[in-house]
Amino acid sequence: MAQASRDDVSTSLDTNGYGAKRHHVMTLANSLRSQPDAQGHFGEFGGRYVAETLMPLVLALDAEYRAAKQDPAFAAELAGLMTHYVGRPSPLYYAERLTETLRATAPAGMGPKIYFKREELNHTGAHKINNCIGQILLAIRMGKTRIIAETGAGQHGVATATVAARFGLPCTIFMGAKDVERQQPNVFRMKLLGAEVTPVTSGAQTLKDAMNEALRDWVANVHDTFYIIGTAAGPHPYPELVRDFQSVIGTEAKAQILEAEGRLPDLLVASVGGGSNAIGLFHPFLDDEGVEMLGIEAAGKGMHTAEHAASLSGGRPGVLHGNRTYLLQDEDGQISEAHSISAGLDYPGIGPEHSWLHEIGRVRYEGVTDMEALDAFQLCCRTEGIIPALECAHAIAGLAHRVHEYRADQIVILNLSGRGDKDIFTVADALGAKI
Amino acid sequence: MTRLATTFARTASENRAALVAFVTAGDPSPAHTPAILDAIVAGGADVIELGMPFTDPMADGPAIQAANLRALAAGLRTADVLAIATGFRQRHPDVPLVLMGYANPMLSRGPEWFAQAAAKAGVDGVICVDIPAEEDAALGPALRAAGIDPVRLATPTTDTARLPAVLAGASGFLYYVSVAGITGMQQAATGSIEEAVARLKAGTDLPVAVGFGVRTPEQAAAVARVADGVVVGSAIVDALAKAGGDPEAGRALVAGLAAAVREARMGVAA
Ligand SMILES: Cc1ncc(COP(=O)(O)O)c(C=O)c1O
Repeated sequence: MAQASRDDVSTSLDTNGYGAKRHHVMTLANSLRSQPDAQGHFGEFGGRYVAETLMPLVLALDAEYRAAKQDPAFAAELAGLMTHYVGRPSPLYYAERLTETLRATAPAGMGPKIYFKREELNHTGAHKINNCIGQILLAIRMGKTRIIAETGAGQHGVATATVAARFGLPCTIFMGAKDVERQQPNVFRMKLLGAEVTPVTSGAQTLKDAMNEALRDWVANVHDTFYIIGTAAGPHPYPELVRDFQSVIGTEAKAQILEAEGRLPDLLVASVGGGSNAIGLFHPFLDDEGVEMLGIEAAGKGMHTAEHAASLSGGRPGVLHGNRTYLLQDEDGQISEAHSISAGLDYPGIGPEHSWLHEIGRVRYEGVTDMEALDAFQLCCRTEGIIPALECAHAIAGLAHRVHEYRADQIVILNLSGRGDKDIFTVADALGAKI
Repeated sequence: MTRLATTFARTASENRAALVAFVTAGDPSPAHTPAILDAIVAGGADVIELGMPFTDPMADGPAIQAANLRALAAGLRTADVLAIATGFRQRHPDVPLVLMGYANPMLSRGPEWFAQAAAKAGVDGVICVDIPAEEDAALGPALRAAGIDPVRLATPTTDTARLPAVLAGASGFLYYVSVAGITGMQQAATGSIEEAVARLKAGTDLPVAVGFGVRTPEQAAAVARVADGVVVGSAIVDALAKAGGDPEAGRALVAGLAAAVREARMGVAA
C-alpha cells in the first residue's frame, strides 16, 4: 500500500511538472519528516523547558512513547478505537458548491477544486479525539490513574472527558473563565461526561492561563496524573506524539485523494491554533515537494491592531509552556494576550514544528480576521450544508483569499477540523441575532 | 570566593543555616522594592532572592502569581529589575543577590545580554525555573561566562539516576524544592527533607538550601537543623501584600525567621 502510493506520488509529481528524481532525493536524503531530534528540537525550536519536578516524568513519557511505537498491541488497540469508537476514516469530500462559489470570484480558468477532510464527523465533533485516544492509551500504559487537560474552545476538553469516561479515569479540565463563559455548551458536555471543569481566573482567563493552571496541577500530582495536552505544543515529546496521533488525518487524506483523483493535491489548508490539526494534515505530505501548504492563524481584529493571535506573523521566538517557539510578547519577554473570536485559536504561541516549518519556508502562514472568518462560516453553512467550527472557518477564509492563484484543474484539501455547533452562540452574538 | 560561597562558609562556621529571603521585584511597585530589600537585610536575611516577574509564572502558587501580576501592572520592566539590583549592590556590597524567574524574560534579548547585564548589576546567581539541566545550553554558558552561578533546582522527583545530570554545571548552591508542587503549598515532612538533603549532599559539595512551603519560624528552624539554607518566599510576599508593601512588615517577619534559624541548632548535638 505504501509502495503503491509512493509510485502514484512520483507519477503525479511528474504531471505537475516536478521531477520524480527530485522528489526521490527529498524523501531519502533530506526528509522534512525526521524531526525532532532526540532532545525534541525542531531546528532551534521545541525542547523541554519545564520545571525540574516534571522533568523525570517527561523523560518517562518519552521512553514509554518509544516503547508503545514498537508495540503491535498498542497499534492494534489504537486502530480498533479509531475505527469503532472515533468512526475513522473520516471522509474526504468534494465541496462542490463551495468550489463553484469561490471559483466565481476568480478570473476565468482559476479557482481550484476544493476537498474537505471531514474531521468534524469524528466522535465528539473535531480532530481533537484522535490525539486523546492515543494519549489515554499512553496514560494507561504508564499506570496513571488521573487525567488532566487544558481547553480553549472546549473541544479538547470534551474529547478528553470522553476518553476519560470511556476508560473509567477521573478527569479534571482547566478552562479559562472567559472561555467557560463563551463555550457553555461544551462546559455542560464535559460535566455530563463526568469531568470536573475548573474555571481559571488568572491572566486573560483563556487558553494560555488554562495551560498554566494545568501545569501547576501536574507539578503537584506527578505521581498519579497524566496531562493530555491538546495541541502539538508543550515539552518534548508532546509536540511529536500529538503530531503522530493526528497524522492519521494526512495519511488518510493522501490515500483518499489518490483514490479520488489519482494524484496528490496542490495545496493543503488548515487553521492553526497550537497547530495540531494542521500538522496532522501536513506532516505526511512534507516531503511531497509539489504540495503547497497554507496555515491560517487568527488575525483577530486585524494585524494592524494588538488584538490578534497570529504568533508567526506577529510574534518572535521565545520560551513558554515547555518549548521554544514563536510567541506574542513584548521586548521584555512578557507574554501578550491573544485575541480571536475563535476560542480554539486564542493562544499566543504555536507548536514548535510550525515555527520550524515557517523558518525554513516549507509552509506559508497567513492571518484571517474575526470578520473574515464569520463570513466564511456563513458561506460554508449555506453552500455545503455544513456548520463549521469557527477555527476551520478561518481556514476557509484563508483559502478564499487565494483561490485566484490556483487553476481550476488544481486540487486543494482543507481540513474541516470541527463542527460549529459549539459556536452558534458566539456567531449569533457577533451577527447581532438573539437565540 | 564569590559572595555566595563566602556567605554559606560564614553561616556554616557559625553552625547555622543561611536564611534566603524571597521578594518579588516591583511588588507592589518598583519604587517600593529597594526599601523592602533593605528592611529584609536588616531583619537578618543572609541571601536575597529577587523574583523577576513574568506574565505566566507556571511554577508559582496564588501568592507569588498575584505578586508577579501586581508588579507588571505597576509597570515593572526588566530594566527596573536590573536597576533594583544595581542599587542593592551599592548599598549592600556583601549580601548575595540571586535572581529567580522564568526563561522567557531572561532570554528575550539573548542569554549573553541578560548574563552581562545581571553581572554588571552585581547579581551573584540566577535560578531559572523552566530551564532544566537538559536545556542548560539556553542560558548556562552565558551565565558562567559572566561569572554568575547558575543555581539548579532538585526536587522530590529527582531520582538518583538523574541527580548527576542536575549537579553537572550547578554552582552557588543547590536549591532543594521540598514538595512536588508550586510555591506556597504545604511543607513536606521534616524527616523526608532530612533524607533528601543527605542524598543530595552525598552527590555534591555545594551548600543545599531548602524551600517551598516554609512559612513559620518553627518550620524554618526544623529545616535549618538539617540543611545549609532555608528559603522563605510566599510567606514574605503574603506579609508584604497584606501590609500594602510596608517594609516593616517584611522586616518583622524576617527577624522572627532569622532568630529561629540562628537558634535552631543550639542545644542540638552536632
Ligand atoms: C475544531 C478546532 N479546530 C482547530 C483548533 C485549533 O487547534 P489546533 O491548532 O491544535 O488544531 C481547535 C481548538 O480547540 C478546534 O476545536
